[in-house]
Amino acid sequence: MRPTDVSDPQYYHRVVDCQWGCPAHTNVPEYIRLVAQGRFTEAYLLNRKSNVFPGILGRTCDRPCEPACRRTRLDGEPVAICRLKRVAADLRDDELMRAHLPQIPEAKNGKRILCIGAGSASLTVANDLLPLGYEVTIYEKLARAGGLMWNNIPQFRLPPRVLDEEIGMILDMGVDLRSNHPVESLASVLDEGWDAIFIGSGAPRGKELDLPGRHDTDRIHIGIDWLQSIAFGHIDSIEPRVLVIGVGNTAMDCCRSAKRLGATDVKVMARRSRPHFKASPWELEDAEEELVEVIENYSPRRFIVEDGVLTGMEFDIVEWYEQDGRSRSRTLDTVTIPCDAVIVAIGQEAAFPWIEKDIGIELDRWGNPVVDRTTFQTTRDGVFVGGDAAWGPENIIWAVEHGHQAAISIDRYCQSQPLDDRPAYGMNLVSQKMGMHEWSYGNDYDAAQRARMTHVGLEERLATLEVEVELGFDAKQTLREAARCLNCDVQTDFTDELCIECDACVDVCPVNCLTIAPDGEEDEVRLNLTAPALNSDQALFASGPLPQTARLMLKDEDLCIHCGLCAERCPTAAWDMGKFDLLIPYAGLLPGHDHTPRGPALPILNPTVPTLVSSAAGGAA
Amino acid sequence: MTYILKPKVRHPGLPTNALGLTARDYEGAMSTLCAGCGHDSVTAAVIQAVFELDLPPHRVAKLSGIGCSSKTPTYFLGQAHGFNAVHGRMPAIAAGASAANRDLIYLGVSGDGDSLSIGLGHLCHAIRRNVRMLYLIENNGVYGLTKGQFSASADVGTRSKRGEENRQEPIDPIHLALTLGVSFAARGFSGDKVHLVPILKAALQHDGFALVDVISPCVAFNDHVGSTKSYLHTREHAQLAVLADFIPPAAEITASVEPGGVRSVTMHDGSTIQFRQVPDGYDPTNRESVENYVRERQRAGEVAMGLLYVEPGSVEMNENLGTVDRPLCELPYEELCPGSARLEEIQLQYR
Repeated sequence: MRPTDVSDPQYYHRVVDCQWGCPAHTNVPEYIRLVAQGRFTEAYLLNRKSNVFPGILGRTCDRPCEPACRRTRLDGEPVAICRLKRVAADLRDDELMRAHLPQIPEAKNGKRILCIGAGSASLTVANDLLPLGYEVTIYEKLARAGGLMWNNIPQFRLPPRVLDEEIGMILDMGVDLRSNHPVESLASVLDEGWDAIFIGSGAPRGKELDLPGRHDTDRIHIGIDWLQSIAFGHIDSIEPRVLVIGVGNTAMDCCRSAKRLGATDVKVMARRSRPHFKASPWELEDAEEELVEVIENYSPRRFIVEDGVLTGMEFDIVEWYEQDGRSRSRTLDTVTIPCDAVIVAIGQEAAFPWIEKDIGIELDRWGNPVVDRTTFQTTRDGVFVGGDAAWGPENIIWAVEHGHQAAISIDRYCQSQPLDDRPAYGMNLVSQKMGMHEWSYGNDYDAAQRARMTHVGLEERLATLEVEVELGFDAKQTLREAARCLNCDVQTDFTDELCIECDACVDVCPVNCLTIAPDGEEDEVRLNLTAPALNSDQALFASGPLPQTARLMLKDEDLCIHCGLCAERCPTAAWDMGKFDLLIPYAGLLPGHDHTPRGPALPILNPTVPTLVSSAAGGAA
Repeated sequence: MTYILKPKVRHPGLPTNALGLTARDYEGAMSTLCAGCGHDSVTAAVIQAVFELDLPPHRVAKLSGIGCSSKTPTYFLGQAHGFNAVHGRMPAIAAGASAANRDLIYLGVSGDGDSLSIGLGHLCHAIRRNVRMLYLIENNGVYGLTKGQFSASADVGTRSKRGEENRQEPIDPIHLALTLGVSFAARGFSGDKVHLVPILKAALQHDGFALVDVISPCVAFNDHVGSTKSYLHTREHAQLAVLADFIPPAAEITASVEPGGVRSVTMHDGSTIQFRQVPDGYDPTNRESVENYVRERQRAGEVAMGLLYVEPGSVEMNENLGTVDRPLCELPYEELCPGSARLEEIQLQYR
């Protein structure tokens, strides 16, 4: 095997599963430690740097970090990363936090940027470019900024207060927001003379379900439009018996909203069985907790409308089987389910009727602009796309990352630098050794199970749309949950020349990560370790030849709990525990630039914030 | 030592043995020895050996004396019996325990100080009696607990950490044991578990006194340049003379057998020791040839390693003395203490 190159920031980055899994590469372990220390404001600012909307995401993120969490592979359940983020957002000192937001220069750099659509992607572009002196204007079709975050996510999951605060922070940096300003023609916008244009118009068109009877009644709604009407206050009730077609996260928001608007019998109709559901497991769980019935393997056939009144829907009950490697269905029976209203939530897509075909922007066969995966630029220089508008619906955290990348491109475009030459990632690795057996992080393994989120009682929560269902973690839950984090960013850092091959690290490792063995091909080596390294998604670290026997030190990164015992038992300090900090490039950095933070450096804020600790000591918060 | 205990969390894919236990179930308390101590590796090798042999922890009795080595039984088999004897007296305790309960598996851990200095006499007699036990000497050539003075196993010419040279002849436990008629003698290295674990397995199954001398470097006081028991020196001078595999009775013999020089020795319980590699003209069951070989290697500045000698027809102490078959604790009281009338009868025989 070739010796592992740990000077490549992506090697250790990959070890930090949550950060690697997060599209915006949020430094999760570091903010969890800050939360545990009661340093909520710093935790919030650290989050904000990469994911821009910690309060919003702490409630609504699709959390790709959690399935990635190493803890899942050890005791089955990930650290409740998302909800710890919310703790930081809820308990931050707002004034202190605002004092450390990026400074906006008085003198502008003369470049004017237009963003189309005021959703998470555009807002991130504005957030990244305004501190560099750009002037940013946003055209928004609707009356207010926020895009899907406010018009599609119900209030009981995301209170308007949180939304307004975090969107406000960006708008207050000096965004020129033109609301109620739909774009009808990109050509005419191009004529307005912007230095660059970012299209972050989302995927606002709900997919249709064109079955017989679809247009014979007004009781059939398209999910995202219906949610938007609720957000605007245009809809405040629904009939008693509601069928929701589709089983994605929008369907979950629809069925739960219906429950709050007066529906008594809400069924979610799924064409396939549970393992194929698109909804996040926790959203499904929350819906079922609210007594929404989920019915599997029902494929819609037609709407039954009698004398202009919707009375039910006909479904095929289907069975799925594999044939020629493809999943096929056969109908077992056909049944009618009575209902008074139907909400169709089977997906959504971007729509660009307003992009002309002759303005140098290549459109694919679905009419969507062709976008470069790295630069986010269309085939026309200076026009960029990100968020759901780029490659279809994803989620907020992806839109944020698109925004960061597009901002880098826009900055480079405006400064006449090549877009393909991206600024590099950097890293810091700082030893955490404090003494013979002391580390500056909590290295012991806490066997606690994942904390359960406390919910408002069913009756109270279903009474109105506004009651936020999740209460957030209290002090005890927060500390317990934070202690479950394995500190995967504190890396086992090995120095070949110092090793005397005493086996102490190999013997003490509680999860059999380490092996000293002769060199070989990786596939073979993986099977002959102290414990076989079967998870090929995880790296196998290999040292260079060791001084005494020329064997290699091998480490399977898969299950390391970062307890530091290898380093404690190492007589020569060949192992050390080093805190890895990924330096993420943002707009304004040149390639190879040292990663000087753009804003003022994050100070050590008052570390004695006692809120959390004292209430934990005093019992229930 | 370390401030946190080794976390209980384990690799989800750890194999289990016939008892359904993982190797981690054979662990004991957290070691308080110096980081990098060879003894901790020997502990790990013992854990691996008893795990692979499917030994029920509660049928094992761990015995030790005084010294760094004698602390180690605490670090393995947390559910076994244990006895920490007075300095050097462990062999005597073991002999007594074996007489009282011949059914337990006796695992003694001692060091070069405990066995070759203060306890040398006791060791000799335990060998002579052929007490059925694994007797581990964790041999590092120094008194680690008292900061590194030469022990009785320090080689002539080896240097202490402060630079003094040892001029006294060492006691080699393998020579000593062979002279005293030991029925099993082996030498291993803490830094080479691949070869140590099979030796320990064979020793645990041996029907008699199994002496295993393990070079186990003292990382604090005897791992410097000039030491003959450092990791580096041992690696450079170890002569892996005899390679042997231990094959339990029920197991199918799958080890690849190299033609020539290979022979199997069947143990009392039907298990076999298969010698994969022995030097030309070497017979691991011939005491004299082994003695000569070991001495020869020593003169050449090498340390002969491996399962050096085994006596297939070994007769252990209880069998030899014809003591009662069952453990004393299981005998009915009337048998264990037949009363004063019977005592009278016995005494009459001597008048």
